[in-house]
Amino acid sequence: MPKREWIHAWLLLLPAFVFLIAFTHLPAVQTLIDSFWSTPKGRRPAVFVGGDNYARMLADPILAKALWNSAVYAALTIPASVVLALAMALLVQARFAGVALMRMAFFTPTVLPLIAVANIWLFFYAPGFGLIDQIRGLFGLPSVNLAGQPETALYAVAAVTVWKEAGFFMVFYLAALQAVPPALREAAAIEGCGRWTFFRRVTLPLIMPTTLFVTVNATINAFRLVDHVFVMTRGGPDNATMLLLYYVFENGFRYWDTAYAAALTILLVAILTVVGLGQFFAADRRVHYR
Amino acid sequence: MTGAGGLDRALMRAGGWVLALVWMAPLIYALWSAFHPSAYEARFVLTAPLTLDNFATAWGKAPFARYFLNTILLVTMVLAVQLVLCTMAAFAFARLEFPGKGVLFALVLVQLLILPDILLVENYATMFRLGLVDTILAIGLPYFASGFAIFLLRQTFRTIPRELDEAARVEGCSLLGLMWRVYVPLGRPAMLAFGLVSVSHHWNNFLWPLVITNSVETRPLTVGLSVFATTDSGIEWAVINAATLMTSAPLLLGFLLFQRQFVQSFLRAGIK
Amino acid sequence: MTFRSTLLGSLALIGLSAPAWAIDLEFYFPVAVGGKPAETVQALTDKYMAANPDVKINAIYTGSYADTTTKAITAARGGNAPQLVISLSTDIYKFIDEDLIEPFDRFVTEAEKADWIGGFYPSFMLNSQYEGQTWGIPFQRSTPVIYWNKTAFAEAGLDPEKAPATWAEMVEIGQKLVQKDAAGNVTRWGVQIPSSGFPSWLWTGIVAGNGGTLQNDKGTEVFFNSPEAIGALEALIALSRDGVMAPGILDWGGTPKVFFEGQAAMIWTTTGNLTNVRANAPFPFGVGFLPGLKQPGAPTGGGNFYLMKGSSEEELKAAVDFVKWATAPAQAADWTIATGYVAPRPDVWETDVMKAYVAEFPQAAVARDQLAHAVAELSTFEGPKVTQILNSALESAITGQKTPKEALDAAQAEAEAILAPYRN
Repeated sequence: MPKREWIHAWLLLLPAFVFLIAFTHLPAVQTLIDSFWSTPKGRRPAVFVGGDNYARMLADPILAKALWNSAVYAALTIPASVVLALAMALLVQARFAGVALMRMAFFTPTVLPLIAVANIWLFFYAPGFGLIDQIRGLFGLPSVNLAGQPETALYAVAAVTVWKEAGFFMVFYLAALQAVPPALREAAAIEGCGRWTFFRRVTLPLIMPTTLFVTVNATINAFRLVDHVFVMTRGGPDNATMLLLYYVFENGFRYWDTAYAAALTILLVAILTVVGLGQFFAADRRVHYR
Repeated sequence: MTGAGGLDRALMRAGGWVLALVWMAPLIYALWSAFHPSAYEARFVLTAPLTLDNFATAWGKAPFARYFLNTILLVTMVLAVQLVLCTMAAFAFARLEFPGKGVLFALVLVQLLILPDILLVENYATMFRLGLVDTILAIGLPYFASGFAIFLLRQTFRTIPRELDEAARVEGCSLLGLMWRVYVPLGRPAMLAFGLVSVSHHWNNFLWPLVITNSVETRPLTVGLSVFATTDSGIEWAVINAATLMTSAPLLLGFLLFQRQFVQSFLRAGIK
Repeated sequence: MTFRSTLLGSLALIGLSAPAWAIDLEFYFPVAVGGKPAETVQALTDKYMAANPDVKINAIYTGSYADTTTKAITAARGGNAPQLVISLSTDIYKFIDEDLIEPFDRFVTEAEKADWIGGFYPSFMLNSQYEGQTWGIPFQRSTPVIYWNKTAFAEAGLDPEKAPATWAEMVEIGQKLVQKDAAGNVTRWGVQIPSSGFPSWLWTGIVAGNGGTLQNDKGTEVFFNSPEAIGALEALIALSRDGVMAPGILDWGGTPKVFFEGQAAMIWTTTGNLTNVRANAPFPFGVGFLPGLKQPGAPTGGGNFYLMKGSSEEELKAAVDFVKWATAPAQAADWTIATGYVAPRPDVWETDVMKAYVAEFPQAAVARDQLAHAVAELSTFEGPKVTQILNSALESAITGQKTPKEALDAAQAEAEAILAPYRN
């Protein structure tokens, strides 16, 4: 009786889809439509402009910069936070004196709201009285303005992201690692298999699903996590920390150029579709063929 | 975990402590500056006098107790609704066959790629039409159906052997009963993983709650903390950090005390 | 809101409850400086409601200035605009362009136009009027001043009571104030002019001091690459080149700390920091006019009251009455003393409380006296975008990516492309 199954399925999906359609799909369709119109102003209504907003992107040097910065930011933060998360999990999976403290240390970024913690990082980076400069001073090194010079500002912001994310992802790895059967380890030890070999041949493949989960999250966050940019650099100096989402915000909610912001949103979604969806299908396939 | 490589391990552990120190540096600094007068914000001398004034000042600047309650209500409500709605949807996608399955699933994935904050203006208008402006419910509504949760749970449910279904059906379990008795228990690790993602996100979220709420009774902690994150005047680290500590301490202590249970429940049956 | 007032109204008609006709007003306000503005606003509205039982004002804290604008425009587009909002004075053209605000003129009598609107400092009205109408009422206004460390001045053999009067003097004094450690690293800079986020604000002061102006009074044309502007940027950059100021983008929020720690002997920052510096500087300090290249000059800054469209005439009228009351001398004096903002009307300074305040804390009057030399803060149509273009250009010159002329020529061309349509 296939028909009853259909009805059951649709009923199960109904509540979720009510919310999805009301708060995601309808507004998203509106955004897509907006991207083909000009920005309405009180004194000038919107007019249909076709692909003008998209054509404008080609000649927008700040967008080019934002795309490049976002690529660098993603290339820095995704691998760094995933690898560090795994390293942290490996460190604190054992039992030793102080392990609870070490775990909490790695977990702190998850609990401290970014809006408050960004100010602490500003203190660390501040030239002169800042923590990093004070430490450099002990070694007689000159003052450095990490968040205030274009050469290092993006790295300074990326470091905060890695700090925020790695500890969070560690929890997932920690759980995955503890699911590796101890019997396997003993067997490997008896066969004279080194710890590194064991890690590479046994542990790593076993925790692959977690790695995928974490990587997908890190990828989405690489485009999504810009709260600290608001507090720390506002995209500056000279757009050195301008990230794509921040640029969308700036156009949408600072300039109120909603049409261009809509077109930029579509671009962002397109990029995430290519990058993100690929990963999702990879994750999906793993489950299939296991 | 014993035997060869003792030195090796000691070195690793030392490295671990260095890493831990770096990771905890913001917290340590927050503790330092919150408990000392602001003159010692950037002076680390052991003789600095201790004070609780910063906490008193911070406490007086915003009704933090109420904001804390609101945040707890918010994250609990969002997570509870998300788990119910998304389990149902994920179960349908994982186990049932029906027309439109592919298209509908693609529509779910779309939500992963669209950032709700971008849809601020449209969503505000919707809330106003529903008469929900300035309610905790309105902060949560756009997040109730989570594409991420549906995807994650569907993936987990699909690893559950079909034989279990058959067995349950033979015993006369209804579809909902099957979901509740077999899938929900086996999906618990994934739900916990998602729960952590969800709580952490809403604990930190600022812009949408600020826009949609107007009163003390509905606003979350981040809005309270933003009082100090002003840039027109100088940053007062001592007070900001006192406020941050007040609001984060319960969670930090909770993690320190209950981390074993927390991690244990994650790995029951192992997160895949 | 309207539903509720109707309901209350009908209840009153039936003869049930106390207020004859209750008007509910919503009022968004940002917090931009230290002190206790949020509590002070609440106290202000409470006091008003006690005196006017038929009006209920809901004062809503809305984050920073930027967050406040976002929230106000979002609410307006959602059909739920508040009656009043305090937002940057420079938002005027954006609000007009978006057709979000009402001029105040419609709600005031001719006499009030003269005494009330005419009673504000003219430099504060520069960013408040357009096409002969008044769109913003100055309330939490500020202006930048120079703060100097008297102890450091004395150490360097300078007169601790005398602020640098000109730019050249500031450079000369600054060089004497620089201290280095044994390794040659600077431990105290002469001056810090912060440049993070919105460098254009303080730079407007340098341009004004160089005899230049950045915009016309209609907000439709800018003069970013005038000789005065280029000269002002060259002078700013020369500070770091000559070793008087730290290089790179200097953080705005950390600047008072740099001052307290003795790592810069002079700083440029807003009068909104007076309360903060007074409470935390561990040494005697002075406050002076911004030293100019040719003459004194400073921008104004801060927020105005705006009246938003989308409410009934009656509600708007009640809102204007509240604004009149809030800017009256007694209230404005309390507000100034509590927050450190500059009282926007001469008659406020004539009140006894303000006189006593100035006698006890003479630095507070410096900002007022500087108003005679003040120019408008950069404010144009498409203001945030034009300002951002300028900010990026300034940052690129400060960090050495471009020369001042290159950066400002490019900024002028970009701004011109945006503003040209507004001139027709």
